[in-house]
Amino acid sequence: MTVHQTASETTHELRLGNAPRGFIGTIVALQPDIAGAAESGHELERHLLEMGFTEGARVEILHQGAIQRDPIAVRVDNITIAVRRREAMAVVVK
Amino acid sequence: MTSTDVTTERFHLALVGAPNSGKTSLFNALTGSRQKVANYAGVTVERKAGAFVTPAGRQVTLLDLPGTYSLRGRSPDEEITRDVVLGKRPGEAAPDLVLCIADATNLRLTLRLILELKRTGRPLLVVLNMFDIAQRRGVSIDVDAMSAALGVPVITSIAVKKAGVEELRKRTDEFAANMPAVTAGDGWTPLGLSEMKALQREADRIIRDTVKMPSKPDTLTTRVDAVVLHPVAGLAILALILFVMFQAVFSWAQPLMELLSDSFGALGTLVAQVLPEGIFQSFLQNGLIAGVGSVLVFLPQIIIIFLFILLLEDFGYMARAAFLMDRVMGGAGLHGRAFIPLLSSFACAIPGIMATRVIDNRRDRLTTILIAPLMTCSARIPVYTLIISAFIPAETVWGWVNLQGLVMFGLYVAGIGSALAVSFVIKFFMWRDYQPAPFMLELPDYKLPRLKSIAIGVYTRAKMFLQRAGTTILSMMILIWFLASFPQAPAGAEGPAINYSLAAIIGHALEPFFAPLGFNWQIAVALIPGMAAREVAVGALGTVYAIEGGKEAADAIGQALASKWSLATALSFLAWFIFAPQCASTLAVIRRETGSTKWMVVTFLYMFALAYVASLITYTIAKAAGLG
Ligand SMILES: Nc1nc2c(ncn2[C@@H]2O[C@H](COP(=O)(O)OP(=O)(O)O)[C@@H](O)[C@H]2O)c(=O)[nH]1
Ligand SMILES: [Mg+2]
Repeated sequence: MTVHQTASETTHELRLGNAPRGFIGTIVALQPDIAGAAESGHELERHLLEMGFTEGARVEILHQGAIQRDPIAVRVDNITIAVRRREAMAVVVK
Repeated sequence: MTSTDVTTERFHLALVGAPNSGKTSLFNALTGSRQKVANYAGVTVERKAGAFVTPAGRQVTLLDLPGTYSLRGRSPDEEITRDVVLGKRPGEAAPDLVLCIADATNLRLTLRLILELKRTGRPLLVVLNMFDIAQRRGVSIDVDAMSAALGVPVITSIAVKKAGVEELRKRTDEFAANMPAVTAGDGWTPLGLSEMKALQREADRIIRDTVKMPSKPDTLTTRVDAVVLHPVAGLAILALILFVMFQAVFSWAQPLMELLSDSFGALGTLVAQVLPEGIFQSFLQNGLIAGVGSVLVFLPQIIIIFLFILLLEDFGYMARAAFLMDRVMGGAGLHGRAFIPLLSSFACAIPGIMATRVIDNRRDRLTTILIAPLMTCSARIPVYTLIISAFIPAETVWGWVNLQGLVMFGLYVAGIGSALAVSFVIKFFMWRDYQPAPFMLELPDYKLPRLKSIAIGVYTRAKMFLQRAGTTILSMMILIWFLASFPQAPAGAEGPAINYSLAAIIGHALEPFFAPLGFNWQIAVALIPGMAAREVAVGALGTVYAIEGGKEAADAIGQALASKWSLATALSFLAWFIFAPQCASTLAVIRRETGSTKWMVVTFLYMFALAYVASLITYTIAKAAGLG
């Protein structure tokens, strides 16, 4: 993890994949060209869009797994999506 | 359209929507038990088709298409949905009307899908399902405004209540009566990224204009998830659910299975008494009745496993189990969703393999199917019990561990360990270039499952099992009966009649091949009927060693084996059954589920090779240790 603020009063940008549990924020952009993701950049971006990860959407990390805090359950507007941290690295939030 | 068309021309409907929007519930409500589950030709995707009649007497066929968030066609399931909607799926009639099912409490993603579907040019009818939940939560939707904004008709429904679908039947009639000319499929191209974003913006705008959402989310789901998805408590709950499931499969099913196998045994005996001795009597008793019986005994386990799976699925728990297990399974190159099917395989690989349908990705699903038979299924238990009680002393080791139990446990661990190892190997050697499917899954709100829907689901699976696997198993049993009965023993011959049969000839022919494993020809013969169902090997050993009785006489068989086999041979036999290349029914199900003979052959060969090598190593070491 690189960023440690609890996000409530920060406007700092970070990757959703690095955010701690309890993080609440807004999606700034999708930057899908990340190493090790299961899909190529465009495909991953499409996939994330399909699951509702659009710019401006409100996100909150509700739960995380037991092993290496992975995967995470993210509230995206009013639905909950389970996603691995690796793929969540494509989502820039603040 | 003339009035005669109403009854002569079939009208084709297709249900499209996001996962968990209520497609299957609506499908069940519309078709009742008039449905057929099969596979799309050549792919491992479940095809659910049904039929109903409209108030005007129109015959309608209905397809329950795999759930999808887009027409991107990211998995074979989603490709099916896309191709059927576009009318490009060979052998599948293009739908006259696409019913787009939306969860009224969760419209954001589905509205984008609807806008995407609109661009295909297919006639659309939007069904706002789960309207009861939406109303209870205070979601208010201006249906007419939404219909105007989308440019397609919108109706509401409550799929789990009978009354909720009457409107839909009527609308189907109205629609069919003045069907527009369809110009679908031709000009369609996949959406670009910017188009996707634009559609989502439009969907969000329509929701802003026509839907009033309460500010509070489903608090019940949030509260339940706080426990169920908790890293510690969640895993404990999962373990508890699994424990109950195991208990159910082993203990609830047991009396039913015994009842079935006793009934078939009694029926066989009755036939033996009524009919004169001879080849026809033997065929009826040992071929037909025993064959049908050996299929039917699995039915209680299949029903119980599917009852649990469907219940957990409808509750919305399955997605949570996948969430909890994703990393654990991922270590062995498996998808989180492979967890439940593999677990089911401890009862029997057949329902386990059938349950792999919850895995969307083809390769993930294939890997799971390939390793499912390595899980120690309940049919191996009679074999393990027999050999262990005959050869392993009932001693206590380390002060408190029962040695027999320890060996049994070791056999289970060996099964699981080899399954994980094989999965790992598959990943590395066969599909090295392949990226694992991303794990992205909606965790739906919890819902109360409906009894009727569950009952229909269990019923269709049970029926499918009996019809398809049944025919294969039955023919195998008849073949084995034939091999064990012909040619018949000459008059005045000594020893059991099987010694003169084709089975014995094959056994002797195979003996040199199996000799390095410490197997004699009797074992080689017993392995052949063991192909039909593993526990049959026990009875077959009994027959070959000329001992009367089947499972009841297991003690007697045990004594006979203890005097005739060395410990090394017994251990080698156990090692063989960890892999036990295959019961015919499992192979038949693999062929059906993968839609190809190739994977059936692959499974057989790799398990055979593993069994051979494991037995060879076990026998060689045991002999070297002086147990031969
Ligand atoms: N209360 C309510 N529950 C529903 C309705 N439609 C479906 N469900 C429930 O929602 C869950 C998912 O439904 P299902 O038909 O399996 O969704 P599918 O994934 O689209 O096939 C099940 O537990 C259903 O009982 C509805 O109109 N009202
Ligand atoms: Mg369904």
